[in-house]
Amino acid sequence: MATLDPKIPSGPLADKWRKHKTDIKLVNPANKRKYEIIVVGAGLAGSSAASSLADMGYKVKCFVFHDSPRRAHSIAAQGGINAAKNYQNDGDSVHRLFYDTLKGGDYRAREANVHRLAEVSVNIIDQCVAQGVPFAREYGGLLANRSFGGAQVSRTFYARGQTGQQLLLGAYSALSRTVGAGLVELHTHSEMLDLVIVGGHAKGVIIRHLVTGAITRHSADAVILATGGYGNVFNLSTYARQSNATAIWRAYKRGACMANPCYTQIHPTCIPVSGDYQSKLTLMSESLRNDGRIWAPKKKEDAKKAPADIPEADRDYFLERIYPSFGNLCPRDVASRAAKRMCDEGRGVGETGLGVYLDFSDAIKRLGEAGVRERYGNLFDIYHEITAESAYQQPMRIYPAVHYTMGGLWVDYNLMSNVPGLFVLGEANFSDHGANRLGASALMQGLADGYFVIPYTIGDYLAGQKPGARPSIDSAEFKAAADGLASATKRFLDTKGKQPVSHFHKRLGKIMWDHCGMARTKEGLEAALQKLPALREEFHATVNVPGSADTLNQSLEQAGRVADFIELGELLCRDALTREESCGGHFREEYQYPDGECKRDDEKFGHVAAWEFQGEGKAPLRNTEPLNYEFTKMSVRNYK
Amino acid sequence: MVASANSTQSISITLRVWRQAGPKAPGKFVDYQSANLNPNMSFLEMLDVVNDELTLKGEEPIAFAHDCREGICGTCSCTINGKPHGPGKGVATCQVYMRAFRDGDVITVEPFRAEAFPIIKDLVVDRSAFDRIQQAGGFITARAGSAPEANALPVPKPDADLAMDAATCIGCGACVAACKNASAMLFVAAKVGHLGLLPQGQAERDKRVLAMVSTMDAEGFGNCTNQYECSAACPKLISHDFIARMNRDYLGATVRAAFKPESMASGGGA
Amino acid sequence: MNLVGSLFGSSIGRKILMAVTGVILIGFVVGHLVGNLQVFQHPDKLNGYAQFLHNLGPLLWVARIGLIVAVLVHIWAATALTLENNRARGSAYGVKHTIRATLASRAMRWTGLVVLVFLLYHLAHFTFGGVQAATFKASLAPHTMTADYSVAGFPVIKAGATVPDVHAMVVLGFQNTAVALFYIIAVGLLSLHLLHGIESLFQSLGLRSEKWSVLLRRAAAVFCLLYFLGNLAIPGAVLAGKLPPPAKAASAQR
Repeated sequence: MATLDPKIPSGPLADKWRKHKTDIKLVNPANKRKYEIIVVGAGLAGSSAASSLADMGYKVKCFVFHDSPRRAHSIAAQGGINAAKNYQNDGDSVHRLFYDTLKGGDYRAREANVHRLAEVSVNIIDQCVAQGVPFAREYGGLLANRSFGGAQVSRTFYARGQTGQQLLLGAYSALSRTVGAGLVELHTHSEMLDLVIVGGHAKGVIIRHLVTGAITRHSADAVILATGGYGNVFNLSTYARQSNATAIWRAYKRGACMANPCYTQIHPTCIPVSGDYQSKLTLMSESLRNDGRIWAPKKKEDAKKAPADIPEADRDYFLERIYPSFGNLCPRDVASRAAKRMCDEGRGVGETGLGVYLDFSDAIKRLGEAGVRERYGNLFDIYHEITAESAYQQPMRIYPAVHYTMGGLWVDYNLMSNVPGLFVLGEANFSDHGANRLGASALMQGLADGYFVIPYTIGDYLAGQKPGARPSIDSAEFKAAADGLASATKRFLDTKGKQPVSHFHKRLGKIMWDHCGMARTKEGLEAALQKLPALREEFHATVNVPGSADTLNQSLEQAGRVADFIELGELLCRDALTREESCGGHFREEYQYPDGECKRDDEKFGHVAAWEFQGEGKAPLRNTEPLNYEFTKMSVRNYK
Repeated sequence: MVASANSTQSISITLRVWRQAGPKAPGKFVDYQSANLNPNMSFLEMLDVVNDELTLKGEEPIAFAHDCREGICGTCSCTINGKPHGPGKGVATCQVYMRAFRDGDVITVEPFRAEAFPIIKDLVVDRSAFDRIQQAGGFITARAGSAPEANALPVPKPDADLAMDAATCIGCGACVAACKNASAMLFVAAKVGHLGLLPQGQAERDKRVLAMVSTMDAEGFGNCTNQYECSAACPKLISHDFIARMNRDYLGATVRAAFKPESMASGGGA
Repeated sequence: MNLVGSLFGSSIGRKILMAVTGVILIGFVVGHLVGNLQVFQHPDKLNGYAQFLHNLGPLLWVARIGLIVAVLVHIWAATALTLENNRARGSAYGVKHTIRATLASRAMRWTGLVVLVFLLYHLAHFTFGGVQAATFKASLAPHTMTADYSVAGFPVIKAGATVPDVHAMVVLGFQNTAVALFYIIAVGLLSLHLLHGIESLFQSLGLRSEKWSVLLRRAAAVFCLLYFLGNLAIPGAVLAGKLPPPAKAASAQR
């Protein structure tokens, strides 16, 4: 049984981080260069961590499976990044950002972590501006803000609809600088396939080079995983096609606990699926909800009609009806479920019946087409590109899609997992968003972890490790891990079955979406837990992975990832089944208020569930970390 | 246009694809037939379908680079019918839909071609040269923790907007692929322009342009002959004005480097 | 890298050299044309002008050396850049597609080469007399100035002076239709070369922007058209019989 000590510092909430920074151990500058740190992943969290640690003097090796660190999927975040700067003089503060984030997460995150996130949010903006991130500005030359999903203050900083891109390129430029200066050893096309544990501590990784197929061993004094979320377990999602859970899953299998995997975020405004060939869902920025009105036909028989033929009186602006004070701007999970209910009632629109309208006709009346174009032109263009429909002339069709995973590897306040020496940053960890993430908070967390948390907290661990004492890559642990991988690869190639990898990924996605998507039930989850082991078996018996292991082999890469997704899907369902309550991104139909809102059970489930691997074929162990709310009262989220 | 584009009448095409087993292996075009394609399918989804068919036939699927499939990561890199990222303006390959083609079309798909982008396999090329150019100077040195208050330094909105235009570069390499000289000027100019337009970027401005251009040259990219194919092929439609700006910056930096006095103590501190 | 190294050794440096030498050469061809258009006036004008230039002596050589260096640097940079460009492109595309590169820009290498051949012929023809020797100025009877030739109000060649008959050489030289046509085609290609060259030099020196690119393009087009018409005028007028050869020279030739 794993020990889950969150190591939350004592003292008043607002002083915890400051106090912790003065209390934790430091590594002497001359010793820093004797420590080697492996960073896996180079998105916001990975790039910022690698460059910051390198600047401090540590030797850093950074591994990315992409051809360049700049490809990481942080790049696709559109909307913005929150920070409690209060530049708009509208009453924002660190405490308010803390409170909004905690409440948005449906009281399933640690108070101390969330408060720290809100505190360092202001430093992130300073840091990014200094790096040359071209945030939107006002005519006076100062930074502009906008309000964003679920917040009543304007605290979101943005760079057109490409904020994630600009922040990632900022972090990438910092990483590039340190690579150019010889401070970071960058390995591209390098996928982490195993974590090596020596003497109970994470001391290295096994890497497969995706172009040459070479399997190499790398030892270090500490390992940082910043490999993103696992949303592709649903196959169709807004994630990049290559986004995968392999690194965190294999760390889980080496003993790191997986926390709250059932907390998955469904984004309400995505372009609906058009056919079974679909590989990806495209997000339409949530900012559209500032001016668009969401509706579905009141009558089922209208669902197949052209929207223009449905009179105003027969339209149901359901978000405005159910949530009069937040209306179209209610949080993501709330809006998504409402849309799903409309479709379940048979009122969904479009060919598949899985969609609702996002209508800009009122906005066009108010602002003129030019005004709407100025605000959302690029999004309307994307919509047109994908659907060949003009949202100026007819309402957009939208449907929710998997967008983010709040769950991830369990970490303590120092972002270290229960495996000493293994740190987990960004979306890959579970820490700050509780059961639901607010808009514009993912970018904030990734950069907070990389720039402002790990540089302090890693020292606390390293100070206890003898400099230069990392194990040799010839040790038995490294050898065993590398050999295991070689034989797993061989098995895939030798199976020569009759279905491509994508076939299984699609089936996995369907099981997950049907039984463990926006609304979950005991029966559904139990059914999924029957189907998934069978799918897993069938996958290993009948998958067809062509080609060889010593060259670029995308089928082979994908096979390993899908194998992990199938297993992770099972854990996700198990977690969802055990959590007999509804909260944030986890909605169990059995646990809801009469109006369809989440019914939490703080008494029984006011804790983190951290699953511990017990060996192949054995049920994982569910550890818990109680969430003690010292400063805030857990209340019912109410966006009405 | 919208009406015809909405049609879901399926189409069949002949795909003429560059197949090359490895960096040194000889390559050749191979034809594949692909039928019953939904016009709302994306070009890459069409390749997915073809690849699944190839896998089932026991052949090796076509290797192609892709990731986000929403036009922002810059991974996808096909030349379709001679044009990097295919038909359409201001889009990446992943944003090309089959409705752009007609039933019976022969579609030729090749990798981005340039000596500085060696082919890895089939349609996948190695663009690490871009990373090395970036490492040479594509940054503003600002360690975490050292940044001043963000609003301490106002940036005129027009400058910030123009910097953002340049900063939208996704590093895909279409500019290189489109240029008959395989020049990387637009890529480098976008970064030089983005950082050079901002007050934060001034301290390293000269050093940056000199270092990035010299690395660009060493990586074996060609030169600009001012034909502006790069900006026409750019999925983010970054203007070649940034190349003019870089040329000016380079000239200024060269002259200043030749004549500006330097501190004798530049060797380092105690 | 030092200044010379940066200019000669880097991609952008060479483009700057192309642009700067291009400006020099454009200045030269324009001046040359304006001077030559004196052919339409009394023979005193062109002959006086030629003698004046000749009399500049060392200054003329400075200018000539300057021009030779400009031409050599222009050609060297073009060759170096082209070789690099070919190397950089490596393998060719199976399907070729041009999005918007203009004909003028794509033909630079060929128009440049033709202009170079033309330049060599032109020098041989009118400067050294290597070709069409019979009508070379040295073979023709000298011209006696009937009036002073003045530059900026100063009479530099006095009336009565005997000078080589450049006017007759030009007119006689273009009696050969093939030669005249070659001249016309060559200056046509040179104009096309300049059409892209002018726009290009602004870009290479960092002076062009989309804000005024249309104006620049039009101005360059008008400039090139005028340049072409001016150059067309001389052999054109000879071919059209508007510039008859002087009687004595004509008979001497026969």
